[in-house]
Amino acid sequence: MSRFQVILRGIVLALGALLFLFPFYYMVIGSLQEQPDPTVAGAFPNPANLTGQNYVDINERINLFQGLLNSGIFTGGVLLGTMVFGVLVGYALAHLEWRGRGVTFALALLVQVVPFQLLIIPLYVLIARDYGLSDNYVGMILPYFINSTAVIIFRQYFLQLPRELFEAARIDGASELQLLWRIAVPLVRPALITAVLLTFIGPWNEFLWPFLITKDAALQPLAVSLANYISNVAASAANPFGATLAGAGVLAAPVVVLFIVFQRYFVSTNIGSGVKG
Amino acid sequence: MTTTTAGGAVRKRRILGRHPLGLLFSAPYLVFVLVVLAYPLGYAVWIAFHDFFFAAPGATVDRPFVGLDNFVTALTDPAVLQSFRNVGVFLIINVPLTVVLSLLLATALNRAVHFRTFLRVSFYVPYVTASVAVVAVWLFLFNGDGLVNQILGPLAPDPSWLISEQWAMPTIAIFVTWKQLGFFILLYLAALQGVPKELYESASTDGAGAVRSFFSVTVPGVRPATVLVLLVSTVTGANLFTEPYLLTGGGGPNGASASPVLIMYQRGLQQGQPDVAAAIGVVLVVLVLIIAFLQNRFVGERD
Repeated sequence: MSRFQVILRGIVLALGALLFLFPFYYMVIGSLQEQPDPTVAGAFPNPANLTGQNYVDINERINLFQGLLNSGIFTGGVLLGTMVFGVLVGYALAHLEWRGRGVTFALALLVQVVPFQLLIIPLYVLIARDYGLSDNYVGMILPYFINSTAVIIFRQYFLQLPRELFEAARIDGASELQLLWRIAVPLVRPALITAVLLTFIGPWNEFLWPFLITKDAALQPLAVSLANYISNVAASAANPFGATLAGAGVLAAPVVVLFIVFQRYFVSTNIGSGVKG
Repeated sequence: MTTTTAGGAVRKRRILGRHPLGLLFSAPYLVFVLVVLAYPLGYAVWIAFHDFFFAAPGATVDRPFVGLDNFVTALTDPAVLQSFRNVGVFLIINVPLTVVLSLLLATALNRAVHFRTFLRVSFYVPYVTASVAVVAVWLFLFNGDGLVNQILGPLAPDPSWLISEQWAMPTIAIFVTWKQLGFFILLYLAALQGVPKELYESASTDGAGAVRSFFSVTVPGVRPATVLVLLVSTVTGANLFTEPYLLTGGGGPNGASASPVLIMYQRGLQQGQPDVAAAIGVVLVVLVLIIAFLQNRFVGERD
């Protein structure tokens, strides 16, 4: 490869990184400005225009702690369902032979292409109207309870474990639950972390469904209360951009930090195999 | 298995398989798929063909079959038709841009030696962040006197990006491309690992340069991934809701950036016509299926 091509590749990658990262940098800068400064100079920190007041302002309009807690409960519920029932079905699909296994795997693949836009009306009718689960954590969690992509990732990883391992343990009298818990799960820990990351970002970032199902501000995840702030309240605030960006920073930070810490588990082979089946 | 009931055990094995426990392990997931996905999917189609409205809880109401009435109502509504045109504009900009940029960046990243982790993290960060959070920054950036217009100076469009009938939808399409690109780079990176190195070597022995080998080795080599990227980006586009709801204040100006899902929300839940909204949903899904079929036909495997 010629020197010119190496340099060109470097420029493309650097430009890409800049375009991807700049809005995040700008989010932080904007959230710290006393007066919103949209000029080019405003993209650089100016000590005379720095303040933490925006974080106080947004916290007065929407309870950030409550919002984070609600996002946490919503996400935690989905993680729990996926880690317990998703691991069980992933193991059953990989290492047990039972009638209906093929159909179940086909279903898990099919679920990935089920269009959510078609489901919002019937789900709203069923969950909010018929089951009376609006303004309720259960109603919020229900449609996301078991992440099908995670199920496929679990199956994929369990399949890589040698069959003989399980046959031997079965002869030694281990029950299937013991096999799963003592042998299979510890061996696929990287897959579990990948699945946790992937499952986490779904409900934490989700807007439409919790927005439809929660009208009570005390139960809204942060993404919903921040969106309501943007669409209703921002116009009447002193520094709407500063406060909005401060809220955006608080919403983005947990996922970004988690992602940076565990980025090595967020690699193409794990997730690519999950999405492609 | 006990020896005394060997006959029964064999029969049981024949009916339920060698490990009937598998069914028990999978039961919660199967119930979940049935209750939360399969049943609502059928229910959506049922609602679309009936006169359906929100009744008081517990009230028994008559919901007569109305044939295609809801579809007629939906498809004679100018706002609905416009939302489908809008999503068409969105897809024409977003899908090709997504395919080209993600393949280009994935190829460059795949060969990069330095800063790989840093580059990977920065490419994926928009994808893992909540739309609501990054929408806030884009509102600030693309505001009338925002940074983008400050840099463009006299070239800035008037009215500005998000309040211009001409630019609102393209801006949303660019936003979504930027937001989702990391995921598609990830898919292409996985696909690139599967392209045999020997093909590149023999291409270069035959005198092919980097550009030539990109088009004759890389592009055909990742074709299955391209089919997937096309499908997922089309479905993402059809699901568009958060961006027109927040970025352009509910599909403005004059519905120039309204998406079908936004109209479904307005008709179905705000104006109490869930039957018309369900009909819009059915039409949308049928259109997505047709597009996916055509993409698969023209880009998918030819053998």
